[in-house]
Amino acid sequence: MLKDYSFDQTAVQTFDDHVALALKTEDLQVYYGSNHAMHDANLAFPKNQITALIGASGSGKSTYLRSLNRMNDTIATVTGKIWYHGVDINQPDVNIYEIRRHIGMVFQRPNPFAKSIRENIIYALRATGIKDKKVLNQRVEQSLKGAALWDEVKDTLDKSALALSGGQQQRLCIARSIAMEPDVLLLDEPCSALDPISTVKVEETLLELQKKYTIIIVTHNMQQAARISSQCAFFHLGHVMEYAPTATMFSTPKIQVTQDYVSGSFG
Amino acid sequence: MEQTSSGFKQEDTQPKDWAQQLHHATRATREDWFGRGISYLCIGVIILVVASMLWFITSKGIATFTQNHVNIGQFLTGTNWAPDQGKTGALPMIVGSFAVTFAAALVATPFAVGTAIFMTEIAPKRGRKVLQPVIELLVGIPSVVYGFIGLAVVVPFMRHLVGGSGFGIISATFVLFVMVLPTITTMTVDSLRAVPRFYKEASLALGATRWQTVSRVILRAATPGILTAIIFGMARAFGEALAVQMVIGNAAVMPKNLISPASTLTSQLTTGIGDTIDGTLPNNALWSLALILLLMSLFFNALVRVIAKRGQLSHER
Repeated sequence: MLKDYSFDQTAVQTFDDHVALALKTEDLQVYYGSNHAMHDANLAFPKNQITALIGASGSGKSTYLRSLNRMNDTIATVTGKIWYHGVDINQPDVNIYEIRRHIGMVFQRPNPFAKSIRENIIYALRATGIKDKKVLNQRVEQSLKGAALWDEVKDTLDKSALALSGGQQQRLCIARSIAMEPDVLLLDEPCSALDPISTVKVEETLLELQKKYTIIIVTHNMQQAARISSQCAFFHLGHVMEYAPTATMFSTPKIQVTQDYVSGSFG
Repeated sequence: MEQTSSGFKQEDTQPKDWAQQLHHATRATREDWFGRGISYLCIGVIILVVASMLWFITSKGIATFTQNHVNIGQFLTGTNWAPDQGKTGALPMIVGSFAVTFAAALVATPFAVGTAIFMTEIAPKRGRKVLQPVIELLVGIPSVVYGFIGLAVVVPFMRHLVGGSGFGIISATFVLFVMVLPTITTMTVDSLRAVPRFYKEASLALGATRWQTVSRVILRAATPGILTAIIFGMARAFGEALAVQMVIGNAAVMPKNLISPASTLTSQLTTGIGDTIDGTLPNNALWSLALILLLMSLFFNALVRVIAKRGQLSHER
């Protein structure tokens, strides 16, 4: 049985004005029908850092993540503000397609299209109207290099993406997202379907990518959060309980529920 | 039997014949044999029926060529159909059948795919609740009703619109269009629903619009299923007899245009079969038409299987 932790006691950090933020949510609520799945999420994400969202299954971290690029539009009701470059992007008149080009997303299961590796990457570029072959090829190379996949696939670009291993497919999905040159990259448990070696490669890739992008990653794996993230937010039953620099969170958590979770004596 | 505290049976009191115990049939094994027996019987009967039908149609159908010594090439390419005068050129009916089939599929496919996209992507709730039952109902309407509506509405309409008698390939196409539309639509809906959700999510997350996602990802992934749907629709159109017979005019002449009376393999069969005597050339010639129909439906089936196989390959993950 889960202990009854109080939701009143939370410890969520805020940032000073001089910290450049990529994304910020204010009182974000998510409802699936009458089910209130996310309560008052007030989080800010500093630029060019990796922020990890941790918590047990059903804690609302994926729900929260999917709200950030409006992927929940058709399945949930999201209220509250999502600030991005001074614009509240959680408004009905905001162009969601434009949002998703700037806030890319990588899913839990690698989901390449049943097309060639090259086609997978240029699919979205074409959709935005880029037709110049030179530009397309250049983007393919850049993004595959960015995702640390280039050396493995440069000779087989026109082979089916489905022939790649799970880890390679996931890095292809990352490449596909960064080919759009987004600001923010959202990753929803990108390594949970991967073996340890592939996981290490993806993590190395992410550490490299934070130089150019702001990364928000949902993970079940606390070691992963500790290894790669600078900031860490702990979710519990649809509430953000604690948000702090990762090192602080894991060494000296401020509240009991976080303490129990990171020490493994949860529940 | 006594049990020790550890749960093992005490064997030394009464030695048990394990070999006997494990070899003799129990109620469970007898039930198994019974169930298997019934399934084998059923499938045996079905195989027998299908095989004898194939044999019957084939033997009757080739009698034209073996008994009446009609040249098979002339049968397939001749344009003069008057079996009672010994003229057995079946090309007009073959052309008629293919013309109405392709025309109906050509007209119906865009509507069917459009409807299916609406039902699965644009208004999935209404699609499932309202449109699905309506379309399933359309599949169930007997073909004579379609034919009758064709005769009462489409033929006079065509007569007014383009002149002539109103009977012809275009009227048949119109009736068949309505008849194959539900078939193609329901199967296209199934194949669109079978497209994995992650394709759609991946595309949307990259900033592609709903239309781009549908046209470049979902339709692409569903293509084998849609082709299968079209072929099923064509098979239905090719085999439809009654409704076509009522509106096409049934003139066994090469169709020169879309609005003059023509005939199909099926319409010729239904109009002619009652007027011929078993074993004579006119009768055998009709059986040959039936054989062509049979071969064509086998061909359609084979095509569906080939496409299904290809489709599976491209969906592997």
